[in-house]
Amino acid sequence: MAPTTGETTITTTRGIEVVVRQWTPADPTAAEGDILWFHSMAGLAHTEDVLDTLGGQFRVHAPLWPGYSDLENEGAVEDMLDFALLGWDIADTLGLDHPHLVGHSMGAMVAAEMACLARRDLSRLVLVAPYGLWLDDHPIPDIFAVLPFELAELLLADPANAAKLLTPGQDMGTDEGLAQFMVQNARRLGTAGKVLFPIPNRRLSKRLYRLSAPTRVILGGADALITAPYGDAWQAAVAQAELVTIPGAGHLANLDQPAALAEAVAEFLAG
Amino acid sequence: MVNFVFFNLMPWPYLPDDFREKHRSVWVDIDSKLFDPVKANAVYHTYMDQLEFAEELGFDGIGVNEHHQNGYGIMPSPNIIAAGLARRTSKAALCVIGNSIALYNPAIRVAEEFAMLDVISGGRLVAGFPVGTSMDTNYAYGQIPALTRDKYAEAHELIMRAWAEDEPFAFDGKYQQLRYVNCWPKPIQKPHPPIYVPGGGSIETWDFCLDHDYNYSYLSFQGHKAGKLLMDGYWNRVAERGKDESPGRASFAQIFCVADNDAEAEKLYAEHLLYFFNRCLHVYPGFADAPGYRTIKTIKAGILSQVRKENQSTFTNLTWKDLVEGGFVIAGGPDTVREQTEDMIKNLRLGSIFTLLHMGNMPDDKTRYSTQLFAEKVMPQLKNLWPDYAGDTRWWPTPLEDRVVPELGLDHARRVATKPEGAN
Repeated sequence: MAPTTGETTITTTRGIEVVVRQWTPADPTAAEGDILWFHSMAGLAHTEDVLDTLGGQFRVHAPLWPGYSDLENEGAVEDMLDFALLGWDIADTLGLDHPHLVGHSMGAMVAAEMACLARRDLSRLVLVAPYGLWLDDHPIPDIFAVLPFELAELLLADPANAAKLLTPGQDMGTDEGLAQFMVQNARRLGTAGKVLFPIPNRRLSKRLYRLSAPTRVILGGADALITAPYGDAWQAAVAQAELVTIPGAGHLANLDQPAALAEAVAEFLAG
Repeated sequence: MVNFVFFNLMPWPYLPDDFREKHRSVWVDIDSKLFDPVKANAVYHTYMDQLEFAEELGFDGIGVNEHHQNGYGIMPSPNIIAAGLARRTSKAALCVIGNSIALYNPAIRVAEEFAMLDVISGGRLVAGFPVGTSMDTNYAYGQIPALTRDKYAEAHELIMRAWAEDEPFAFDGKYQQLRYVNCWPKPIQKPHPPIYVPGGGSIETWDFCLDHDYNYSYLSFQGHKAGKLLMDGYWNRVAERGKDESPGRASFAQIFCVADNDAEAEKLYAEHLLYFFNRCLHVYPGFADAPGYRTIKTIKAGILSQVRKENQSTFTNLTWKDLVEGGFVIAGGPDTVREQTEDMIKNLRLGSIFTLLHMGNMPDDKTRYSTQLFAEKVMPQLKNLWPDYAGDTRWWPTPLEDRVVPELGLDHARRVATKPEGAN
């Protein structure tokens, strides 16, 4: 049965407004715990099959980072500590007790920081195509120096899946559609740049020794950004981390291979 | 009073003919193998000689600026060039337009170096505070785009306080914390040298200039016709804010090519301007605008076509005719140039003109020819276009009357020491 979906705007103790999209199993008593899902630098798509699937089994809470909602409050976060504390403030405001943290891309970088800061406050940790480490021999391509039409090729195994990111009715071929995209892109990637620009390394590796939660790292087999050597690096840095690779998934595995991603997350969290 | 500044961008003059086809960008990731330090030895001296020549010709100022990893500007440190000019010139204002103050950490360095230049030159400094392009600031120098303006604002506050305060003070900034700010030396000009803020048309920059009575400098390569719309916007804002309309509030960069007559101008200068427009401005669009660098308001007002895929491969080569008719360049015999320049000054209401007389790979002899004609046959008649503002000294340096002028001859510098009075 399809989960119940909704959207709410919360205000954290610090006074930051956050839009949270939520999925609850049709039978709420059957929920197997809370997932706090932190989206990638591309934001959440209008329809997220991964969360629809996970929402049948878990209570899923997916906050939109500042800059990614219509609230225009992107000035609220400036650095990684702001992001990580905002993540925990969101959990507190939602009243979540030991949620699973699932982060994707930039969201995984934040989730890993959160798991290092407050190591006893989460259940399990899933990092999907995580930013956060930097290997000089495998420089991550610069997403800030590509044109809009090149982004899709960089982020997706099948660039056609980029259409899922557009608001229904948004047409990039028109000036209005393109203007809307440019403004949205500036807000979103402007915010992402606070932790990813110019080198997406905020010294998380110094803190990973504190990460004690059961952890699964999921990589897209066709990810042009977070490539296989990063999987090895995460395993080397986090002894208990399991590594799973999803074939045919680019960086935005949620758009390329939503079913396989949902399965890889659910299997680990249910276990 | 109209101030004419001879500006040299210091372009690299040896970009190959197929540069646009073989290279993706003149800026940020320009192929560093194209730079030849041995050839550059002569290039720098030629450009510095031209700046000194401009002073001899009576230009009010000589201008330098800051770019990084850039094929049309081999001047990452304009202060170094200005220091050389401070010693070898004595009359012209030194217009450093400017130091990208968000890039200096701590920004007290700018306060110190600008003070040094002002002191060495006897009070001739015009201090430019650009936010900096995205290419320089974000891509070449790694500043986080969405925080660049905030960092700029903090740097500005620090520099101005450092110049103004007489006692050491603590500065608890977000980007720089200094327990003992104590600018040493201080500039000659009080309360500070004239400040020029290069901008591209955001209302925030206009307001910043008007809040502090700084000169707004529109430095594009699009020329006076395209610049009219933007400068009208600025002057409307000046009026809205209830500020006086002194032309000293505005300066503008314009390319000039002066020859004996219009036909000779094309014959002498066309290839060098085309070098500039078709090679030096070949910037990969992915570097033009880091997300978060521009304000949302500015993006909404901006032109979007450059990011379209269909526009990436169909860039049309500009021609001399395009450049002249579009107002990118004011070119021709002295009469043509003078008439158009007068119109430009009046239409755009300008107090200072940054004249671009050397462009692209223009050789020294042509640069001097054009520059001298401009100085002798164009400039003098246009100096006093704003008689009502002749006494408005806010926007231009007032040097020391009795400033030291170094002896230029090497003999003076190398003169044999003689025993000072009191020696045995």
